[in-house]
Amino acid sequence: MSAQLLEVVDVAKTFDGAHRPVKAIERVGFTVAEDEFVSVVGPSGCGKTTLLRCIAGLAPPTTGCTLLRGVPVTEPPPELAVVFQDYARSLFPWLTVRGNILLPLRRRRDIPGKERTAAEAIEAVGLAGFADHYPWQLSGGMQQRVAIARALAYRPRVLLMDEPFASVDAQTRADLEDLVLEVRRRFRMTVLLVTHDIDEAVYMSDRVVVLSRPPSVVKEELTVGLPADRHQITTKELREFARLRTAVYVAIKGQEAPSPQATAATAGG
Amino acid sequence: MNGRRLRHLWLEIGVTAGLLTAAWLYLAGDRGYAWTSVPTMLGAFRDAWLFDKFGEHVVPSLVRLGLGFTLAVAAGVALGVLVGSSRTIRLLSQPIISFLRSLPAVSLLPLSLVLFGIGTAQKVFIIAFVCCWPIVLNVADGIAELDATMLASARSYRVRGLDRLRWVLIPAIMPRIFAGMRISLSMAVLLLVTSEMVASANGIGFFVWQSQLTFSIPDMWAGIILLGLLGYGLNLGLQVVERRVCRWHTHLTGRDE
Ligand SMILES: Nc1ncnc2c1ncn2[C@@H]1O[C@H](COP(=O)(O)OP(=O)(O)OP(=O)(O)O)[C@@H](O)[C@H]1O
Ligand SMILES: [Mg+2]
Repeated sequence: MSAQLLEVVDVAKTFDGAHRPVKAIERVGFTVAEDEFVSVVGPSGCGKTTLLRCIAGLAPPTTGCTLLRGVPVTEPPPELAVVFQDYARSLFPWLTVRGNILLPLRRRRDIPGKERTAAEAIEAVGLAGFADHYPWQLSGGMQQRVAIARALAYRPRVLLMDEPFASVDAQTRADLEDLVLEVRRRFRMTVLLVTHDIDEAVYMSDRVVVLSRPPSVVKEELTVGLPADRHQITTKELREFARLRTAVYVAIKGQEAPSPQATAATAGG
Repeated sequence: MNGRRLRHLWLEIGVTAGLLTAAWLYLAGDRGYAWTSVPTMLGAFRDAWLFDKFGEHVVPSLVRLGLGFTLAVAAGVALGVLVGSSRTIRLLSQPIISFLRSLPAVSLLPLSLVLFGIGTAQKVFIIAFVCCWPIVLNVADGIAELDATMLASARSYRVRGLDRLRWVLIPAIMPRIFAGMRISLSMAVLLLVTSEMVASANGIGFFVWQSQLTFSIPDMWAGIILLGLLGYGLNLGLQVVERRVCRWHTHLTGRDE
């Protein structure tokens, strides 16, 4: 087991609500090892985005801390990139696709051939030919891919993604999942993925962290024992895959998986 | 250009031509001392501005307007960014900014004359001073309302300092800068002409005033027409530049549909 790259240590977050404080995260702790792929799943509103912001150094936790290589994160670390849930607003509409990808690279001396790096990233997400388009000339799914390309070109050691495939069709989604798996291996990235999709979490990850309803705690951590090489069809046919998705489902719902009769009954009612 | 816009254009040209003809015919009769016929006006216009007195009066006016307005935009954006970036500064400066921008523009004329005499400096000062406030307010609002996700994405990719100002903040508030400039531009022309009438030895405003004093009514009209064209042209130019620079904004807000 390699060293822990990322440590989330008892992070809690309380917001000043309009009337009274809103406790979004009760107490969440887990670790991510170097080169590991970890997914965070949980019901909507359980504080996944909030947690990601704490890890990215964009917002301080109320108590607790996050460590990157043992160093407390107080501002966005240079070796970390974020793909935001609200991808459309995370892109700069006055810059072209290429401009959006190049802007974060401006001060990066360690990336030679920035134009080529940007072109490669654009190519990788299947947007070759759209480099000179503006984000608002692209569909939602294409904008999402620009956000992913921007993160890839940044060559981060740690990639944080907040429901990055939420607004693309099923086929593109599968392609992007495989793309991320591929570049993650190629560039040896550590990935923390927030998602709603249980299949996606199991398919992509080495480990799945399940959060509870807010105020959230870690409800369960599941190690995914699937072969390292994933394939959209064969991996999802494995018995282990089915077992894991049921386990995650149960952990989220906090109950046993419904029996077939119960499902039929609720579907009928 | 589609059919509807073409029809609009023709309608515009037609109505303008119609009104001009009406004015032409109306002024052909004897309308008293303040008026003169359209051909006389146009003759005076040509004699004065193409290009006999162009260098003497138009160039100084344009220089004053250009300097004053540029200064107003620069100061307005700088102050606006400052005021907009901090809640504290915004709250503290709010009363004084409201006061300064509520001052009727021309009430500062005497002060500016005392401070800067009757030369170009006085015009530049008063234009810059009065015209910067609409820009300050617009820019400050724009900065305060910047999208949190956009700022977070700039921050997480460590776009900082001057890069952040040049590639994120300024472009983001560009529509607000233009909104402020649209308001200040007509104020700038007004202040220019007023100061030139009150205290100057040249300039278009001075020319109009002087023509009136010396009973050269056609020249006075030539000056008025030039001022009208100047204001019209400047507004049009500003619009064209805005449409180019803020193309993304027009698209995002769906105003071009
Ligand atoms: N800036 C804020 N001010 C006040 N409350 C906030 C703020 N940001 C988030 N919250 C609250 O914290 C809770 C968690 O929000 P968060 O966006 O992290 O959830 P999420 O798990 O990402 O949800 P989703 O899956 O829908 O994206 C919510 O109840 C939300 O209302
Ligand atoms: Mg979220």
